[in-house]
Amino acid sequence: MIDVTSISKSYGSTRAVRDISFHVAKGEVLGFLGPNGAGKSTTIRILTCFIPSDSGSASVAGFDVNSAAIEVRRRIGYLPENNPLYMEMGVLEYLRFVAGMRAIAPQQRSQSVRRVVELCGLGPMAAKTIGELSKGFRQRLGLAQALIHDPPILVLDEPTIGLDPHQIIGMRSLIRDIGREKTVILSSHILPEVSATCDRVLIMSKGRIAGTGTPAELAAMARSGQELLVSIRADRESVEAALRDLPFMTSVTHLAETGGLHRYSLRCESCEDAGERIFRAAVDNGWSLAELQRTAINLEEVFLDLTTREAPR
Amino acid sequence: MTTLTMFRRELSSYFSSPVAYIVILAFLGVTHWLFFRTFFLISQSSLRPFFALLPWIFLFLAPALTMRAWAEEKKLGTLEVLMTFPVRERDAVLAKFLAAFAFLAITLCLTLSLPLTVLIVGSPDPGPIWGGYLGACLMGGAYLAIGLFASSLTENQIVAFILAIVLCFALLVIGEDVVLFSMPAALVPACSWLGLGAHFESIGRGVVDSRDILYYLTVTGFFLFLNQLALESRKWR
Repeated sequence: MIDVTSISKSYGSTRAVRDISFHVAKGEVLGFLGPNGAGKSTTIRILTCFIPSDSGSASVAGFDVNSAAIEVRRRIGYLPENNPLYMEMGVLEYLRFVAGMRAIAPQQRSQSVRRVVELCGLGPMAAKTIGELSKGFRQRLGLAQALIHDPPILVLDEPTIGLDPHQIIGMRSLIRDIGREKTVILSSHILPEVSATCDRVLIMSKGRIAGTGTPAELAAMARSGQELLVSIRADRESVEAALRDLPFMTSVTHLAETGGLHRYSLRCESCEDAGERIFRAAVDNGWSLAELQRTAINLEEVFLDLTTREAPR
Repeated sequence: MTTLTMFRRELSSYFSSPVAYIVILAFLGVTHWLFFRTFFLISQSSLRPFFALLPWIFLFLAPALTMRAWAEEKKLGTLEVLMTFPVRERDAVLAKFLAAFAFLAITLCLTLSLPLTVLIVGSPDPGPIWGGYLGACLMGGAYLAIGLFASSLTENQIVAFILAIVLCFALLVIGEDVVLFSMPAALVPACSWLGLGAHFESIGRGVVDSRDILYYLTVTGFFLFLNQLALESRKWR
């Protein structure tokens, strides 16, 4: 549905997107994940034909974003970052305007407006002016705007930014429902968001794709290594040396010391009996082991891992 | 069809903002005051004093109407929504222009009280009145195109307003006798042709010359084209 081949885009001397390629299958929900400034919005703007890329090519539904921009725009529903709206317009007035801009036939506009009002739960707000809406309803209106022409592809840039937790849950379930029928690209810098809504995640960092996979794969990638927290009352140097000698250990980090009790964070390769062997090492060396805890590395840490990793070159 | 949809929204957005009403009231107040102040003294049944003022009043009226047009879209970010609809920049520019023009035409209609008064108290020559209104529309269109272009260059409405006044003023005074007098002789014909005011005066005499009409259409088209380029400039930056 969407094919992107090594696109790059610079703003002056800032290289916002560097040589990105990816593919989105029909019906897939793809998440762009990355910190602010990673190039998510720039990539989205290239796909929605708001700005062209400097190099590389991208096609949406078989149409090139540069040579057939109007055709591409027809097939995309787009909710830009910060959801810009005309505050002085009425909700229905705005949706009718969008329906007109989407070239929906005049006699079908009311029906299209009714459909998205119902789909996005805007019914109670229909008589209001946009400026009077709460942030959550404004976001729903933005989504309604993007859906009014029933596009096969939906692009949402930070769709839950600035919403309260309750509204976020509502928005996510709405996106999941829509994702059953449509190809969706959404961007976010919040991990639970993409893992809750997306089939596949592209992690972006400094204009590059730093990693890709399903939320489950990313979690598995994270679990392949594990972290143990131990507190040991013994001489720090000999403990560290002995722990490092263990064959499965990748790193030993001293965290804190309280009254002779040292706390360490241990990173190990995947090893089922790591805890047991550390316990045995403690017994053998006569350390007193006050704590031994296994922490599951969550996606948040993968994200940090991936996006802080130095890019090759 | 999208142009029509956008035109409707633009025009109704003029009427949903208080600025438009303030501008209309100020315009009507000033024109009526300046006209009637001397009308009964001179006891000449003509609209010439009114039309003579228009190039100077439009200098403020048109930029006030257009300053919001693109600047606000840029500031709010709605330009991104608009420009990702399946619309060409050219059509969007045209829609904004036509809406501003329609608003100006409505405003001009509200000054019809002036010719009516003149008709009641005297028997004016109808030619200059028709010509004056036609010229006002043509000249107003040129001013609005300049104003829209200025608005497309910035996110700040005040900057757009002042820039539009400066541009319109420059194009207006370049054809004034005082300025032409101090110019090298070689430039005089070109500059006097370029001036916004002289063509209006000649149409206002009731002599509708196609060259004057062509002049205003050219200026309008030129600045609308610049406006389109300014919108498209996001693509090559």
